[in-house]
Amino acid sequence: MTDITAISAEATPPQKTKLQLALRKPGFLIGTFIIGVSSLLALMPGVFAPLDPNFIDYNAVKQPPSWAHPFGTDMLGRDSLSRVIHAYSVNMQMAILATIFALIIGVVVGALVGFYRGIADMIFGRLVDAIITFPFLVLVIAVVAVLGPGLVNMYIAITLVGWVYYARLMRAEVIAQMGNDYASAGVVMGYSDSRIIFRHLLPNAITPVIVYWMTDMALAILLGSSLGYLGLGAQPPQAEWGVLIAEGRNFITTAWWLSLMPGIAIVLTGLGFSLVGDGLADLLRPRG
Amino acid sequence: MTQTVMEIRDVGLEFPLPRTLLDLLNKRPGRVVNALNGVSLQLHKGETLGVVGESGCGKSTLARCIVRLYEPQHGSIHFDGQDIFGAGMKKDRSYNRRVQMMFQDPYSSLNPRMTTGQILSEALKVHKMRPEDEIPTRVAELLELVRLPQDAAQKLPHEFSGGQRQRIAIARALAVEPEVLIADELVSALDVSVQAQVVNLLLELQERLNLTILFVAHDLRLVRHVSNRVAVIYLGRIVEIGDSETLFANPSHPYSQALLSAAPSINPDDKGEAIRLEGELPSPLNVPSGCPFHVRCRHASDLCKSEVPPLLAQEGRGEVACHHIEEINQHA
Repeated sequence: MTDITAISAEATPPQKTKLQLALRKPGFLIGTFIIGVSSLLALMPGVFAPLDPNFIDYNAVKQPPSWAHPFGTDMLGRDSLSRVIHAYSVNMQMAILATIFALIIGVVVGALVGFYRGIADMIFGRLVDAIITFPFLVLVIAVVAVLGPGLVNMYIAITLVGWVYYARLMRAEVIAQMGNDYASAGVVMGYSDSRIIFRHLLPNAITPVIVYWMTDMALAILLGSSLGYLGLGAQPPQAEWGVLIAEGRNFITTAWWLSLMPGIAIVLTGLGFSLVGDGLADLLRPRG
Repeated sequence: MTQTVMEIRDVGLEFPLPRTLLDLLNKRPGRVVNALNGVSLQLHKGETLGVVGESGCGKSTLARCIVRLYEPQHGSIHFDGQDIFGAGMKKDRSYNRRVQMMFQDPYSSLNPRMTTGQILSEALKVHKMRPEDEIPTRVAELLELVRLPQDAAQKLPHEFSGGQRQRIAIARALAVEPEVLIADELVSALDVSVQAQVVNLLLELQERLNLTILFVAHDLRLVRHVSNRVAVIYLGRIVEIGDSETLFANPSHPYSQALLSAAPSINPDDKGEAIRLEGELPSPLNVPSGCPFHVRCRHASDLCKSEVPPLLAQEGRGEVACHHIEEINQHA
């Protein structure tokens, strides 16, 4: 037998970590900043809001933006800035609570049907087709109509409809990953199905799901505000962006700031989540 | 007497294709790809059995059946006297420990998110090969066994070259201390210079650890170098099987003759004319009746078109599946 010389590891130049690379992208930085500030406002609105959001002052009704009230006041004389800031709590909570359960259910179901295929996968396929036929909002409103309005019911409704999108994405990605020999190698090594699915396939398949999750959080805020606007989500006098826009709707020509300011908050937060999602896509992609 | 560790008996596997609308309208049954059509062979303890054949002939399918990635519809595979697809054996993970496989593509056979250390220790932990506290030592031993530096344990697969990755795959297979190794085109994705290193490492380990190897490859010279015995597969059937040197020096089946003459010789005086096969490899969707080789065979007769030749032992040769074996080899 010929002698084999040991191969030393190839000298690799010092590589920048992916985090360093990602932080160089302005989009990801801006997104992280927006979400960071939004989370801070959501966690302790009392610290940042100048006034009590529910303090009614009939002597200062519908005042335009000024130094005393930077975002103006509403028809009951409540400080708009304080209400927009306090709404961060509810709207950021929506971004998480309306999506996290859909994410978990979708990832597990998608991974299982993608791995096992068969009858369950066929049933799943029909179910997805049936749900995707309807516009998302229409289906959510239908579920809320059955359950009754309110934040909790809204979360349930969005989860009931939304998990399908995660599951579909996860299933496709798991099937694609199973084309790799490392999945077959797991079978050959005698690993259990759950180890192959959750330890090997899932970490490799979840990247697009996480990226979708970020955009979905933006959508959840939009959807939550839409339902709030329609009176199906958060209920007044709770400060919530959709509710605030709805309150300002009647005065859109005389007190434009009432609807505009929460609208800007929605756009900014949504943009933040999208930018973070975009940056994460690069950050989470494995090399080689 | 050589001891048989694995016996493959008449294994057949077909992959059904989805029925098309046209099939349904014509009330035709769904079509099937006949990947394996009755393969029988025995694997002796400590030997290296080479399996050669054209692309799509069923070599890899056979390898995947042996490690239970596919379940054949016909025939059986016995390991240590037990049917590996039998009721009691099917869930038996210890079979997976004793028979291991290495894959062709070193870029997809390792989980890109696990370090080498994690890959190896996972195998050790799942099969409880060592107590928990001895696992790092064993990982270091395995790395040394396949001649990888110790710091490889902390690295992810993308930091290695193809040859190094194949060594990690070998280390993973050896981690569970198997008796049989299935090498499915182990080195065909590697540079020639690296091929030799990986193959020689495998042979050296075989000697040291007393392994039985099934070496699937399309590189004939490589198979000749590594194998004790060789099986030639054509369209999911073994057409010739026998001692490696005999078969390479003096192939008996007309297909083996054509296949071997197609390999370039390194001897400049060797101007022996290559046997050119006519036509293409028939589609496994539509395997010819009788001897599957008759459509391309110079010696084919009517008998070849109707009857499948059995694989029979020939004097001074291995086993050959050909009706006209005697006439053909009289001329030689």
